[in-house]
This record gives sequence, C-alpha cells and structure tokens, in this order.
Amino acid sequence: MRGADYGVHKVADTTVDWKSLREDFPILREQAHGHPLIYFDSAATSQKPRAVIEALRNFYEHENANVHRGLHTLSSRATEAYEKARKRVAEYIGAPSADEIIFTRGTTESINLVAQAWGGKFIREGDVILLTEMEHHSNLVPWQLLAERTGARLRFVPVLDDGTLDLAHLPKLLTQEVKLFAFTHISNSLGTINPVAELCEKAHAVGALALVDAAQSVGHLTLNVGELGCDFMAFSGHKMCGPTGIGALYARKEILDSIPPWHGGGEMIVSVALEKSTFKKAPHRFEAGTPNIAGAIGLAAAIDYLDGIGRAAIFQHDLQLARYACDRLTELPRTRVFGPAEERGALVGFVMDAAHPHDLTTFADQYGLALRGGHHCNQPLMRRFGVSGTTRASFYFYNTKEEIDRMIEILHKAARFFK
Amino acid sequence: MEIEELYQEVILDHSRRPRNFGELPDAAVLVHGDNPACGDEIHLAVKFDAGGGLEDIKFTGSGCAISQASASLMTMKLKGKSRSEAMEMLRAFHDLVTNDAGEAPKALGDLRVMKGVQHFPQRVKCAMLPWRAVEQAFEQGAGETTVSTEPT
Repeated sequence: MRGADYGVHKVADTTVDWKSLREDFPILREQAHGHPLIYFDSAATSQKPRAVIEALRNFYEHENANVHRGLHTLSSRATEAYEKARKRVAEYIGAPSADEIIFTRGTTESINLVAQAWGGKFIREGDVILLTEMEHHSNLVPWQLLAERTGARLRFVPVLDDGTLDLAHLPKLLTQEVKLFAFTHISNSLGTINPVAELCEKAHAVGALALVDAAQSVGHLTLNVGELGCDFMAFSGHKMCGPTGIGALYARKEILDSIPPWHGGGEMIVSVALEKSTFKKAPHRFEAGTPNIAGAIGLAAAIDYLDGIGRAAIFQHDLQLARYACDRLTELPRTRVFGPAEERGALVGFVMDAAHPHDLTTFADQYGLALRGGHHCNQPLMRRFGVSGTTRASFYFYNTKEEIDRMIEILHKAARFFK
Repeated sequence: MEIEELYQEVILDHSRRPRNFGELPDAAVLVHGDNPACGDEIHLAVKFDAGGGLEDIKFTGSGCAISQASASLMTMKLKGKSRSEAMEMLRAFHDLVTNDAGEAPKALGDLRVMKGVQHFPQRVKCAMLPWRAVEQAFEQGAGETTVSTEPT
C-alpha cells in the first residue's frame, strides 16, 4: 500500500531522543498504586507537555482578556494570540486560509456543527449520508439525529474481518443520492488507517462532500487537507498534547460561506436589532459567545511542540510500538488481537479469554498500567466483531518498548490470576 | 489495596463456575439487565411462590467477574426469600459495596466477599447489576422487561 494514500509522509530512521522527551511531561513521573505510571490511554486523551501547560499559565498571567471587542491592551494581546492560534492550526493541517478554521470544543462539536448547520440547510428527505461501520459514536449519532429530523437515510460501509473497510462494496453504496461521506481517518478501536484521499475522490465523483474525523490521526501523522481532498475535517486538541475543551473544524471557504450560523449570540454578529441581526463572515459567524481563548492558545503551543519533534518521526515511532505490541500480545494465552497487521495507528485492541476487559483493566491499574476496557464508543463495531468490548492499549511518542514489555508481564500475571 | 481484596477466591470461583446459571422455563418474570457502559448483560428469570417470595431464580448472560460472581452469589442467597427480605438484603448489599462503614452485617453471609468493591467505585455498577434486575422483577411481578444501570 502506498503511504501517500494515507496522508502519511514516511521518513527513514530518525535521530529523535524519544526517552528525553518524556522529561517534557511532568505527569509521567506519577505513580499509581505504588508503581511507576504506564500511560497507555493516549487515544482517549494524550498527556500534556510543559510547553502547553506554560502557555496556558502565560496567557492567564499576561494576556487574559476577552477577544474581538475590548480596545485595551490586554484585549489586543488576547485577540492577537487567539487569531494567531487559528493561523497556526490552519498551517498545521495545510488549510489555505485561517478563515477555514472554526474553533470548537472538539471533534464531537465539530461534527455536530456540520450536521446541524450544513445538514440542516442542504439535506432533504431521501438524501443519503454514507458512514462506515467503524465510526466513533461522535460520527454516528449526529447523523442519526439529522436523519430523524430530515428523513434522510444512513448507509454504512462494512468492515472486513481484518479491520479494513470493505471497499469492494463501495460502488453499490456510494451512489448519486449520497450527499456526504463521513468517515474516520484512524479507527479508535481497530487502529485501521483508512485511505482518505481515495475515499474523498470517490465521494466527489458522485457529487458528495467528504468529512474526515481526524481525532486519532491529527496528532500522529502529517496530513494536508488539500492533498487529502476533504471538504470537512474535525479534530480535538486534547488527543494531540493540547488542552481539553478545544478543537477545530476545517471546512472549505465556499462551503462555510453557504451555510447559516448554528449558535446565536455575541461575537458572531455584525449588528443586532430587536427583531433581526446580521452576521459576521466565517469563521466568526460560527463562534458565538466568548470562545475558549486559553484553549486555542494551548492548542497552538501543542502544535509548535509536535512540529518541533516532527510528525513523520512520531508516526514511525508509534507504528513501531503498535507493531511490537501486536507481536508480543500473540505470546499470551488465547488472546485475539483486532485490526490490520501492517499499517496501523498507535493503538491495539485485544481480548483475552482468561479475563473480561473490565477485570483486566482493573487488574492492570493495580500495577500502574493505564489501559482502557469497554466498547470505546464503538458499540456497533463491537457487535460486528461479536464482542461486548475489548481492552485497548494506545500509545504516543512518550511511550517505550520497555513499557510494552512490562504490559505483557502484567497481562501474563492476569492470565494466571483469572484462569 | 491489593487486587486479591477485590477478587477474592470465592469471587473468582463463582465467576468461573456461576451457580444457578441457566434457563428457567416456567419463569414468571424475565428481566434483562444491561450495563451500557461496558456492554455487560444479565438475563434474570424468577419464579414466585404463593406468598410472593422467590421460589426459584436463575440467570444467564455475560460480563466481568464482578457482575457474574455477584449474580451467582445473589441467586444463592435470595432463593426462598420474601420480597421484604430480598429488598432488605439489597439495601445491605448496596451499603456493603459503596460504604466503608465498619463491619458488614452477618445476614449477608457469603455476599460479604464483595466488600472490596467499595474501593473500586467504577465497579459498583457491575456488582449492582443483578440486584437492579431482581428489584425490577419484584416491581413487575410478571412479564418481560429491561433495566439499565444508566438512567435514560
């Protein structure tokens, strides 16, 4: 498979000193139940480097004021920092203009914005929204709500046993009635990396728009919305070293200019009379109320931090960890590993016959190992694979092979304990 | 807190070989208990005696060691009990797994092995799932229904 299809820029071996990067994360010195913390839950939320924590502190200590209206010094500083953050996000994902970046609370809110504002205007009864069986609930439930409201229908690209999309089925599903194809870049349960550029091209071929859920990819690999060809991209800051409560929606300018506001309030208006108002252009039209200013600034600091390491190197590092974990998990008794063998994101989901995912995660926690057990907001996908849940280990550049070795030891212990 | 305090040998034994596990063909009430947070489910079948007490009680389903052992121990304990005895037991058991308040009542018998759950707040719902189902069975008296650990 060609890397370019995945928006992955491959590099040869790198010279990053990964272990020293751990020093940037104060929380990695924590202990849990008397053991050094092994944090394998970065797919849920990543840890934060000191640079991001300091950026938040610096904002509140030196720049805090509301944006876009005060005429005083601090307001100018805050406005400048907030808009600079927007520009930084645009650069980071290769968006041509900062006006195509709307700050949101995260991936979920970004997708809801598209479903409500764009979907509310353009989706009619009989239209089809095409999704996949591997979508996170955040890229499923907003479309169910839209379908209920409008009479639109949902279709789903099936997932094959190896955890990849059944693309042979795509021509039957991606028909003229499809107005939007919304899919995840990297599956949060399977680790599957979907061929985004190919899927966007196929969507456009039938006149549909393409939305990419980049929650699991944007902090892990180099991507460029122009090269991928997507019309919308949704992601969260907190999975890429940024603060919680901040994320973004990228949408092409022509699309943003064609859709009405979704939340009304201050910041998004030009003028307000008692009966009627006029609205600013995108992106401010979609940011009613005081935004998460500190969050946006923290996200920009996270971007600077990640770019300082290099996302291509991060991708390779994470891929090696994920492959190593998959290999070593096969040593465990009666253990099933989910997802593709070769190309995968920085996570691995598995089930052990010996223990239920919740028992396993409780057990692991007693040894300082943070795993996630459950359905991972993927209930339909869990049903597809005939399990109620899995145990997931997810990695980031601050994790090490030694930590995976320790995980395998702990899982061996668990297998003996519960058998 | 050691892991063995939560997963006592009795709990592991009941989770591996749950008692009263199976169908109850002439059940008066069938309650499906769901824990949507983890996908665990228990199907509780109950038969009442003439006085409204629990003549027989069985369960099927799948879930973690805590919910399976809790169901197994509960069915053993509740068989033959009246409604008021069962509800009294439910309150005492809920206290046991949520409060760190001294000695567990002797009346709970084997159920006291679940005491360790109080140190694992995320697992209280697992332990309570079968009890929520039996509470619903009394409430309902006949027929089939579903209860969830999450209010909807």
